[in-house]
Amino acid sequence: MYAYDEIDRTLVNERVSEFRDQVKRRLSGELNEDEFKMLRLQNGVYLQLHAYMFRVAIPYGTLATNQLRALAHVARKYDRGYGHFTTRQNIQFNWIKLAELPDALADLAEVGIHAMQTSGNNMRNVTSDQWAGVAPGEIEDPRIWSELIRQHTTLHPEFSFLPRKFKIAITASDHDRAAIRIHDIGLRLIKNEKGETGFEVLVGGGLGRTPFIAKTIKHFVHGRDILSYIEAILRVYNQYGRRDNIYKARIKILVHELGIEKFSREVEDEWQHIRNSSLQIDDEVIEDIRSRFTYPAYEKLPHMPDELRQAAADPDFEAWRKNSVAPHKVQGYSIVTVSLKPTGGPPGDATAEQMDALADLADKYSFSEIRVGHEQNLALPHVAKRDLPALWKALDRLGLATPNVNLITDIIACPGLDYCSLANARSIPIAQELTRRFANHELANLIGRLHINISGCINACGHHHVGHIGILGVEKNGEEVYQITIGGRADENAALGTLIGPGVKFDEVADVIEDVVEAYLALRERPEELFMDTVKRLGVEPFKERVYATR
Amino acid sequence: MPLVNGGKIVDDSFVKLAVDTPLPESGDILVPAERFLGEADALLKRAGKVGVIWPNSRDISELVPYLGKLAVVALVFPTFRDGRAYSQARLLRERYNYRGELRATGQVLRDQFVFMLRAGFDAFDVKKQADAEAFMQTAKRYSVFYQPTGDGRITALHRRMQLRHSEGVGT
Ligand code: HEM
Ligand code: SF4
Repeated sequence: MYAYDEIDRTLVNERVSEFRDQVKRRLSGELNEDEFKMLRLQNGVYLQLHAYMFRVAIPYGTLATNQLRALAHVARKYDRGYGHFTTRQNIQFNWIKLAELPDALADLAEVGIHAMQTSGNNMRNVTSDQWAGVAPGEIEDPRIWSELIRQHTTLHPEFSFLPRKFKIAITASDHDRAAIRIHDIGLRLIKNEKGETGFEVLVGGGLGRTPFIAKTIKHFVHGRDILSYIEAILRVYNQYGRRDNIYKARIKILVHELGIEKFSREVEDEWQHIRNSSLQIDDEVIEDIRSRFTYPAYEKLPHMPDELRQAAADPDFEAWRKNSVAPHKVQGYSIVTVSLKPTGGPPGDATAEQMDALADLADKYSFSEIRVGHEQNLALPHVAKRDLPALWKALDRLGLATPNVNLITDIIACPGLDYCSLANARSIPIAQELTRRFANHELANLIGRLHINISGCINACGHHHVGHIGILGVEKNGEEVYQITIGGRADENAALGTLIGPGVKFDEVADVIEDVVEAYLALRERPEELFMDTVKRLGVEPFKERVYATR
Repeated sequence: MPLVNGGKIVDDSFVKLAVDTPLPESGDILVPAERFLGEADALLKRAGKVGVIWPNSRDISELVPYLGKLAVVALVFPTFRDGRAYSQARLLRERYNYRGELRATGQVLRDQFVFMLRAGFDAFDVKKQADAEAFMQTAKRYSVFYQPTGDGRITALHRRMQLRHSEGVGT
C-alpha cells in the first residue's frame, strides 16, 4: 500500500476547498454552465441522463480497507447505495446531488481518495496491473512508477488543458493485464543489458471512433528520464494536437497523421532540451516513493496446506478455486479475484453492504488491501492458501463468488442507455441476458477463456474493439442495432476485432452470440484451442456463415 | 478587462494596436505578432515600450531574437479550454530566459490563475472584475506542487527530501 503523507493530504484538501468554492459560484449563478463544465469535469463530475455522475479515482487500482469503506459510505450517504467499478480503475456514482458533492469529496479526502482529473482534457487516472506487486515474475512493482507519474501529472500547470483526455497505463509483467496498447501512452517496465530499470514506451493507442493499437516510440527510456520523456510527448501533443475537431483531437490521430517516425523525431528533439533538467529523477526520490509502499509481513507457509487439501473434496469450492485463485509470488499465498459479474447483474456494480463486507474480509484475509481491475472485478491480493475455503464461503454469502472470471459471463460493459447521455443503445441489459444464457458453469468452463465486451456507443467505454467478442450498440432509424466483432484482444498481443456482418436487433443479440459460440465449439481443433486461436486460424468467415446463413 | 500585475489591479499603460491602426507618436504599445515581425525595427526605435501579442498557434521561437527588447509578451487563451499558451509560456521562461512581463489574455478566469502563475505568467488580462479582485486569494489556494516548473517553487518530492534530511539531523 502507498501511504499519503501530510503533503499529499494538504493538496487533496486544498483541491476540495477550491471545488467547494466553484460549486458555490455555480449555484449562485456567478459561473455559467460552460465555465463550470470544465471545472466539474476536472473533479470527475458529469451531467448524465438522470443526474450528476461522480467518478472517483483509484490510482493503479489499489485500495486500503478504510478507503473501500469510505466509498461504501459515499454510496450510502450521497447515492442510492451502490457504486459502479469501471474499466479505468475508477468507481462511479450515478445519482449524486451537485450541492452535496463537496461534502462527498471531503469525506473521501479523509482517507486519501480524490476525484482529480478523472475526467476532462487532462491526464487521467494512471492505471496499472491489478496484480502489481504480487504477480510472480514482475520486473518490479509498477505502482512505484505509477505513483511517481500520478504525482507529476496531478494539477500539472502545462497539461491541464490538453486537446483531449490523456491516459497512461503501466505494466511490469510479460502478460499485460493493464491493456497498455490501447492507451495514449503505454509503459512496459523492462531491464536493459546493463540491468538498469527503464521503460519501453508506446504511444497513440486508443479506442473510440477511430481505434488504434499503440506503437513503440522508444525501446528503452531509463527510469530516471521517464518524467522528462513523458513531458516531451505531452508538450508536442499540446502544441500540435488537433483542436478543430474533438473526434480528431486524441494523440492517436496526431501520431497517425504525422507517422510514428516524424512524431518520435519531434519528441526526441523536445526531449533533448529537457532531459537533463530538474525533471530528471534521482535515485533518492524513487527510493522515497518506494519506501512509502508497504508490503505485508508474509508468513512462511506451506505450499499446500491441509485446509486446502480437505476443501478440494467440495466441487463447488474447486470450481471457484480453479477459476478465481491465481498464483502469488510468495509461497503459500494466492491472489483471489472477486467477481462483480453475478448472473443477471450489471457488470461492475457493488452495493455499499458488499463493499463494507469485502473490506472486513480484506482486513481478515488480505492484509487490508483490495485491488480493482480494468475487467470491472475486484481482487484480494494476499490471501493465505489455508484461508481460501473460509474466504470462499464468506464471499459466496455476499454474492461475490461467481466462478466466472475470464469466462464468457465475465462481461465488460459500459452503462449505455441506462445512464449515459451519449448512448445509442443499451449495454447492461445485453450483458444481463448473456450472463443468464451462459449461467451454466459446466458449459462456460467447456468454452474456456472468452471475453465479451459491450459498448452502448462508438466511444467504446466498454472496450468492445478489443473484446474477443465485441458488441457495439448503434442507432439505425430510431432502433437499437448491435454490431458484432470477433478477434479483438487487449493483452500483450493486442488486436482490434473484425466485424462479422450487418448489425442485429436488440432481441437477437444473445442468439447471435450463442451461434458464434456454437460455431467455435464445432470448429475448434481440440478443447484446448481457445476461441481466440480458432478465430486466428480460420478468420471471420465461418462465424459469419453460421450467424447469417439462417438470418 | 482589468489588468492584474504584481498581484494587484493596475492601470494598463499599453495601448493595443490592430494590424492597421496608425502608430501613435509616443506611449507604450502592444502589437499583433504579424505586424511586429513586419516592422520590428521601426517599432523598437520609437519612444515608448513595445509588447507583442503572440497567437498560440505560432512557433514561439520566432520571437527569440527580439526577447531582450520586448517589454511585454502577451499570450492568448482564445477559450479557457485551449492550453497551448501554457507551453509557450514555459518555453519563454525556462528555455529562452525571457524576463519581461508575460501577460495572459483572452478567456482568463480565476480558476486558471494557479496554472498560469506556475507556467510563468505574471500579468493577467482578467475577464471578470470579480475574478481580478479575487486574485490574491485564488493565487494562494495551493501550497503543494508536485512538478518542477520555472516558477522555482519547491516540489512535493523535494520538500519530502528536505523534511527527511532535517529529521535525520537530530537522530
Ligand atoms: C457515464 C458517462 C460516460 C461518458 C459521458 C463517457 C464518455 C466517453 C467518451 C466521449 C469517450 C470517447 C473518447 C475519445 O475517444 O476521444 C469515452 C471513452 C472511454 N471511456 Fe467513457 N464515458 C462514460 C462512462 C465510462 C465508463 C462507465 C467507463 C468504464 C466502464 C468508461 C471508460 C472509457 C474507456 C475505457 C474509453 C476508451 C476510449 C479510449 O481511451 O480510446 N467510460 N468515454
Ligand atoms: S460507450 Fe458510449 S454509451 Fe457507453 S458509457 Fe461510453 S459514452 Fe456512454
